[in-house]
Amino acid sequence: MATLEIRDLHVTVEADNATKEILKGVDLTVKQGETHAIMGPNGSGKSTLAYSLAGHPKYTITEGTVLLDGEDVLEMSVDERARAGLFLAMQYPVEVPGVSVSNFLRTSATAIRGEAPKLRTWVKEVKEAMERLNMDPSFAERNVNEGFSGGEKKRHEILQLELLKPKIAILDETDSGLDVDALRIVSEGVNRVRGTGEVGTLLITHYTRILRYIKPDHVHVFSGGRIVESGGAELADKLEDEGYEAYTKGGASA
Amino acid sequence: MAEAQNSPTLNSVRAGGPPPLGSTTAGQIAVAAESTVATRMSAPPSFDVADFPVPHGREEEWRFTPLERLRGLHDGTAVATGEGVKVDVRAPEGVTVETVGRDDARLGRAGTPVDRVAAQAYSAFEKAGVVTVPKEAVLTEPIRIAVHGEGGVAYGHQIIELGAFAEAVVVIDHTGDAVLAANVDYILGDGAKLTVVSVQDWDDKAVHVGQHNALVGRDATFKSFVVTFGGDVVRLHPRVSYAGTGAEAELFGLYFTDAGQHQEHRLLVDHNTPHCKSNVAYKGALQGDDAHAVWIGDVLIEAKAEGTDTYEMNRNLVLTDGARVDSVPNLEIETGEIVGAGHASATGRFDDEQLFYLMARGIPEHEARRLVVRGFFAELVQQIGVEDIEERLIAKIDEELEASVG
Repeated sequence: MATLEIRDLHVTVEADNATKEILKGVDLTVKQGETHAIMGPNGSGKSTLAYSLAGHPKYTITEGTVLLDGEDVLEMSVDERARAGLFLAMQYPVEVPGVSVSNFLRTSATAIRGEAPKLRTWVKEVKEAMERLNMDPSFAERNVNEGFSGGEKKRHEILQLELLKPKIAILDETDSGLDVDALRIVSEGVNRVRGTGEVGTLLITHYTRILRYIKPDHVHVFSGGRIVESGGAELADKLEDEGYEAYTKGGASA
Repeated sequence: MAEAQNSPTLNSVRAGGPPPLGSTTAGQIAVAAESTVATRMSAPPSFDVADFPVPHGREEEWRFTPLERLRGLHDGTAVATGEGVKVDVRAPEGVTVETVGRDDARLGRAGTPVDRVAAQAYSAFEKAGVVTVPKEAVLTEPIRIAVHGEGGVAYGHQIIELGAFAEAVVVIDHTGDAVLAANVDYILGDGAKLTVVSVQDWDDKAVHVGQHNALVGRDATFKSFVVTFGGDVVRLHPRVSYAGTGAEAELFGLYFTDAGQHQEHRLLVDHNTPHCKSNVAYKGALQGDDAHAVWIGDVLIEAKAEGTDTYEMNRNLVLTDGARVDSVPNLEIETGEIVGAGHASATGRFDDEQLFYLMARGIPEHEARRLVVRGFFAELVQQIGVEDIEERLIAKIDEELEASVG
């Protein structure tokens, strides 16, 4: 069973000619089949955690370990991490002009699966996955994220999640900027992948809204660069009622 | 840091830092009573090389060019070696292919040399090639002109003329090693449609300087692709003027400038006739130390050219440190009675966020870079419409990338 183990993770970033520590000792274990929600106020370091796990060059790991099934993730390049089974659905997916969605998806699937998917089954697989996400077939011929609406970008991320079938999926504010209909469609996509029982999900969000559609097994409150409280789904209800105030006023620095 | 410089005459410069790809750089828009496109040249146009002083490098039209690498084309010391360059023309039936002497009446009709090397080429060639597509002939196969350098020095002149309502695709392919100064004239009759693909796929040491003059007839359509990969120095001067109203010119260009290469494209669209259109789009990728690309885009809308519609754009993608781009769009408008006029120039470094996104989907770095660069050129390549050329260009782009970022 796939397991992602994060131990005492410290991460810094260079900003304005100074080194700033963003993550200050994160401990978290995500197992296949589990869904963990990470919730926290803006600036608490949630996205830094997501991008650090994926290997974005902007972030420097100064301490700690990240293991995926015992393998040292921090030693891997960005593409190796993805091929090892990590997937990051990005909050702000990047435009890639001149590269069509269909070309991109096939190149990516070929890299992840280690061989080019058979064309006939692949076309069907993509078409069905797109239909489930209410995506028009013409979408495949557009350039990656170019001119996509906010909702289209997020659906495109979840389309990749469904096709690439990672062991661990990190969803970075996938709910932000979505209207209720889009949120439902995207959540259903995530739930289909969770339903296989083969993915561990790390759901990073600022709002509790998405948790009505995607029920987490564990909820963690993130503040000041670390997890300050962990609990079950009921912790999300508490946050819904009380907000993050208790954690931002002293809780974080404690 | 990659050096990505725009001309100091530009209002703003964007280079390096966060992804400027797709952004625009404002250039110069001059509203002038009299054109400076002509007056800033060091001498008026002339067919006689003696009318041009030997450039010393500080002239406006030569300031970006490494004169010492022109192998004497600019100062009269490069002497033609006879068997320097071989030209092979393959044309479908119905097309006339001739070699003519210097007294042929068709010579020089499309335009006059504007700098010393173009005038040198005109003054020094012995025979000119003339390819004529008769009126109303619609060719289904391209005319192919292979220019192969065999290590010598050569001066040349080529004319391609389409009669009224004729339609043709011409591919001019430059390969091998040469020191070549050659001009090309395109003459389009009324309603004619000409697509020209000029590929500069020279060996590393080649030097190629030339002026391309297109004279576009009434309601005619001229479409040009200038594709420059090879050579030590390539300096081309594509120019368009109009012989009648309703004419259209599309000038597309791609270049891939490697370490040590100097590739310079200097365009002029002279809107000298009312109700004509022009669209210019040049894209370049650069990599390696002292890779230097220069793009000068002059568009002149003369006072009489009412109803003009024009747009020009230049984009550069700097893949590695040590490369340099000079991009100077220049639009001069002498009448306000136009449909539209605009220009854009942008030079950006390779976008690390794009790379991260693709790699985060398991795609290895080398392949991710290839996808992005192919994507950068794709919109232009796809418009060529000559399949074997499109495939060759894609293969060439891949090959260039293999050589460097692999």
